[in-house]
Amino acid sequence: MRRNKRKASFIIYVVCIILALLSILPFWIMIVNATRSTVQIQSHAISLIPSTHILNNFKVLTGKTFNPVTGFMNSVVIATGATVLSIYFSTLTAYSLVAYEWKMRQPFFTMILAVMMIPTQVISIGFYQFMYRIGMTNNLLALILPAIAAPMTVFFMRQYMLPSLNLDIVASARIDGAGEFRTFNSIVLPIMKPAMATQAIFTYVTTWNALFLPMVLLTKKENYTMPIMVSLLKGDIYRTEYGAVYLALTLSVLPLFIVYFLLSKYIIAGVALGSIKE
Amino acid sequence: MPLYQEEKKPKVKGVSYAKYGYLFSLPFIVIFLIFMLYPTVFTAVIGFTDFKGVVATSFKFLEHPFDNFASILANKTFRASLVNTIVIWVMNFIPQIGLALLLTAWFTNRSRKIRGQGAFKVLFYLPNIITAATVAILYASIFAYPIGPINDILQSLHWTTKPFDFSTSPWAAKIVVAFIQFWQWYGYTTIILISGVLGINPELFEAAEIDGASPSQTFFRITLPCMRTILIFTLITSLIGGLNMFDIPKLYIWNGGPANATMTTSVFIYAQAFSGSYLYNKAAAASMIMFVIIAILSGVTFFLMRDRSEVKAKRAIKRMEKLGKGAEA
Repeated sequence: MRRNKRKASFIIYVVCIILALLSILPFWIMIVNATRSTVQIQSHAISLIPSTHILNNFKVLTGKTFNPVTGFMNSVVIATGATVLSIYFSTLTAYSLVAYEWKMRQPFFTMILAVMMIPTQVISIGFYQFMYRIGMTNNLLALILPAIAAPMTVFFMRQYMLPSLNLDIVASARIDGAGEFRTFNSIVLPIMKPAMATQAIFTYVTTWNALFLPMVLLTKKENYTMPIMVSLLKGDIYRTEYGAVYLALTLSVLPLFIVYFLLSKYIIAGVALGSIKE
Repeated sequence: MPLYQEEKKPKVKGVSYAKYGYLFSLPFIVIFLIFMLYPTVFTAVIGFTDFKGVVATSFKFLEHPFDNFASILANKTFRASLVNTIVIWVMNFIPQIGLALLLTAWFTNRSRKIRGQGAFKVLFYLPNIITAATVAILYASIFAYPIGPINDILQSLHWTTKPFDFSTSPWAAKIVVAFIQFWQWYGYTTIILISGVLGINPELFEAAEIDGASPSQTFFRITLPCMRTILIFTLITSLIGGLNMFDIPKLYIWNGGPANATMTTSVFIYAQAFSGSYLYNKAAAASMIMFVIIAILSGVTFFLMRDRSEVKAKRAIKRMEKLGKGAEA
């Protein structure tokens, strides 16, 4: 009995370690090959030991269409803008649902639930044509402003706010003469900090990774985001530049790796709350 | 965070603050109307018109309004893309939920504590956070022909003598795309399921332990039935995500792959609208078909989520009754 148990434990650890390696290995190959020359990769495409050709790869990479700095800047602008707006206004919307009695409150909440799952992809034709008509294609704001209406985030914020916000505090702030808007900013926001941090991480990552809408809307090279830059690697110009492609891929995920390993604890906890699903 | 707490909320009497409810939700409503509702209606409208061509801005309604829908539904590529989307989703979801359930059973087993669970979760979830565009191109490089890491391994192990071209076999292309989806999502599903198990009343497990139930009995008789709602929720949200699969099939192999094997509906819509002859009307009709399918699926989820807390409460009562009976007997 005991021996069987040990055997079972052994199998479990082996499977888990294999899965963990499966998660790491592709990225390991990517990072190592980013430092190897195309000739080295052609003779042996897999190697666990880094080489010294990273600078040369960088020269090849940036000598063509891939521009990591532009891609990075655009992605930072869009992801930061969208995250700040989405988190602030989602909390505000959730507050309107939790703290106030208004006639349309229940219908409004029902509508949020109903549209929560609708992906922007299926309305992209109308979205693109609308943006085209008002001259907002190639305008980063077209990807930032819609973040103000994020049904999923509002839902999460409301669920977090219901048990954690004591409305007596709000009432006593009223007695002290604080305005409603000020109460929200100085009392409600600090209470919501943990939920806001979790949602901020996911909004940031989701926006950073988005490909479909940015690819549809941004047609000028100087507006390309990181994922669009990555999609350029598929073209013919990089067909034989293996080392440069691996380096470009590494550069595109470096910020994510750093964020992930710094915040993984909060991210896993956030996923467990069922807070994100594209 | 249950939904039913809302009724218990104290009511603020005296001065009416209702206007602030409207005021604070106004930014959301305005942006929603402009950037979500209007584009939705516009997409639907375009689906009934003759709107096409890269520079076109004007359009008129078709004589037979449903022509675009009829031609899309009869379009062989669209049908193939719908079948591909479902096939790739099934090939990814079945192993994904299977592995996630297995890991959940292992990680929540009360008699055997697995060490390093935190680190394992962090690593299993890692691929999910990485840009799908990057993942697609990375896998294209890994499965490259004739020289790529996988072919390198296969030849070093002498499993093949010639390099295998993964990009010309329709099934190899489908399997790799499904594998990437699986690889990106099983960690997410595992974490969701584990948190679902942790939400089950621990007394149930204690009772089972006292009754001498084996770990597998506990898992199949208690854990699984208690997780029915969360499993359905996972299934539907994964299906909605799968129906929108774009980044991986689009970038792993260009233009739908060999014999359109990896042409999904999203790739099809993109190709119709933003390349070739810019058939916005056809793409809009296809989008609306997908919209309806997704709306139905999300309707089911909505129904589940609204009732989840209620169902949970009901089940808890039932369970307590059963336990009570068990104790008497």
